[in-house]
Amino acid sequence: MLDQAPWWLVVLIKSVVVLFIVITTFAYSMLFERKIMAWMQLRPGPNRVGPWGLLQPAADAAKMLFKEDLTPESADPLIYRLAPFISLLCAMGAFAVIPFSESSAGLWGISDVNAGILVIFALTSIGVYGISLAGWSSGSKYPLLGSVRSTAQMISYELAMTLSVIGVLILAGTTSLAGIVHAQHRVWFFVPQIVGFIVYVITAVAETNRAPFDLVEAESELVGGFHTEYSGLRFGLFFIAEYLNMITVSCIATLLFLGGWNAPFGLGFIPGIVWFVLKAGLFIFMYIWLRTTLPRLRYDRLMSFGWKVLLPVATLNLMITAAIVAVTG
Amino acid sequence: MGFFGGVTALARGFATTFQFAFRKKPTIQYPTIKKQHAPRFHGLHELRRYADGKERCIGCELCAIACPANAITVMGAENAPGDRRSPGERYAARYEIDELRCIFCGLCEEACPTDAIVLTPRFEMADYRRGSFVYSKDRLLVPPEAGVGTAPDERPGGIPADLGSVTERKSTVDIDAGYPATHRGEILRTQRRGLAG
Repeated sequence: MLDQAPWWLVVLIKSVVVLFIVITTFAYSMLFERKIMAWMQLRPGPNRVGPWGLLQPAADAAKMLFKEDLTPESADPLIYRLAPFISLLCAMGAFAVIPFSESSAGLWGISDVNAGILVIFALTSIGVYGISLAGWSSGSKYPLLGSVRSTAQMISYELAMTLSVIGVLILAGTTSLAGIVHAQHRVWFFVPQIVGFIVYVITAVAETNRAPFDLVEAESELVGGFHTEYSGLRFGLFFIAEYLNMITVSCIATLLFLGGWNAPFGLGFIPGIVWFVLKAGLFIFMYIWLRTTLPRLRYDRLMSFGWKVLLPVATLNLMITAAIVAVTG
Repeated sequence: MGFFGGVTALARGFATTFQFAFRKKPTIQYPTIKKQHAPRFHGLHELRRYADGKERCIGCELCAIACPANAITVMGAENAPGDRRSPGERYAARYEIDELRCIFCGLCEEACPTDAIVLTPRFEMADYRRGSFVYSKDRLLVPPEAGVGTAPDERPGGIPADLGSVTERKSTVDIDAGYPATHRGEILRTQRRGLAG
């Protein structure tokens, strides 16, 4: 049936379905985070709205919708209003090229781009503009500091992140995400690329502005950083974008290093999508665990760690990988 | 602390937070589950009666004098021969306690010569208006059908033998069955009966 339908209709239907799933995942990963964090801090967590607090995301959404949308007098109105949409669009756009699983009918995703990983890196890099412009256009001290930090942090960590991923691309010999997953049919890439994997996980935390690298929004020093002045739905959009970015980097880590939808230990009878969700969920749990455990880094240490440790390690890893592949063919 | 020291420290930190996720949570889900109060907990006041229904308060104002927070206002009046409110010569025509001023020290209870004013263990007095925290006789006095009120020594749980046993008794129990909660400062007559009976 899909063969006869015009291509734009297929893409539209796929996009709507993926968007719905992704937004639902966002809502419940937020609840999941609040629950896990609460348990680790000896609290029960949200448990008043619905059974076990399962309707909490709906209550939060309703609260966000009805809050007043404030614009500071000193803000640049156009950019101030535009910034959350840049963040959100880039965060959502990444899901257009992420394949979630595979069946005999084809890939489970909106599109199969032959340079998928590059598209994702391009989109997440543009997403930084949302944060930077938000802080800059707020016309206020703390948001400006937050956006300056975000720019510096993104530049230093994106470099190491990209270098850590290139090792995988060399091993797979392709930039297509589906191709990379197929290349991991036998051995998942986190085994030969363990160094690259560790560097990727650390830089991904910095890329998504989450604790312990959340200096961009450090509520204790910058009063929320770039989103200090935002309220209501616009704040909500930043919130969604942050969580979508977290889900994106979890999906990419799954695709690049954990074998995507490949089943481990010959457990092939369980569908690939289950494995994909499990692996990505493991990453999301790890992010939450990280946030509860570690305090925020000092800014100069963040910078020196990025430039003096992660970048040389990623470069060395890339060179060694390239040399081995060149020698063994 | 070298590289391995750092990694070990990190691992220990992660193990700690992971273990805590499975610990028993000390949270008491307050509105549905309530903590057992200490036997002589000082809460909302109550004006008691004698078994024949007469008010114990004789309007002597000793509680108002003893009160360190000036929270109590008493205006005594002569008992009319046909309509005796209390066994003595006088009774309290007005008896008001500002619960926002009150520091719940219990000195009024000790000053009272007739054991009329006592502190009950009720503590849920939250309300929206300041004015509603001035409790007058209509809310302080035990309703006639609710018995005489509870003397401090006859409280549920009795007097603790020592401090240790009090700590033990502070367990998480559902005391809904023990006495009814007050709602928005309004003590319903039926709820009062629960504590008296």
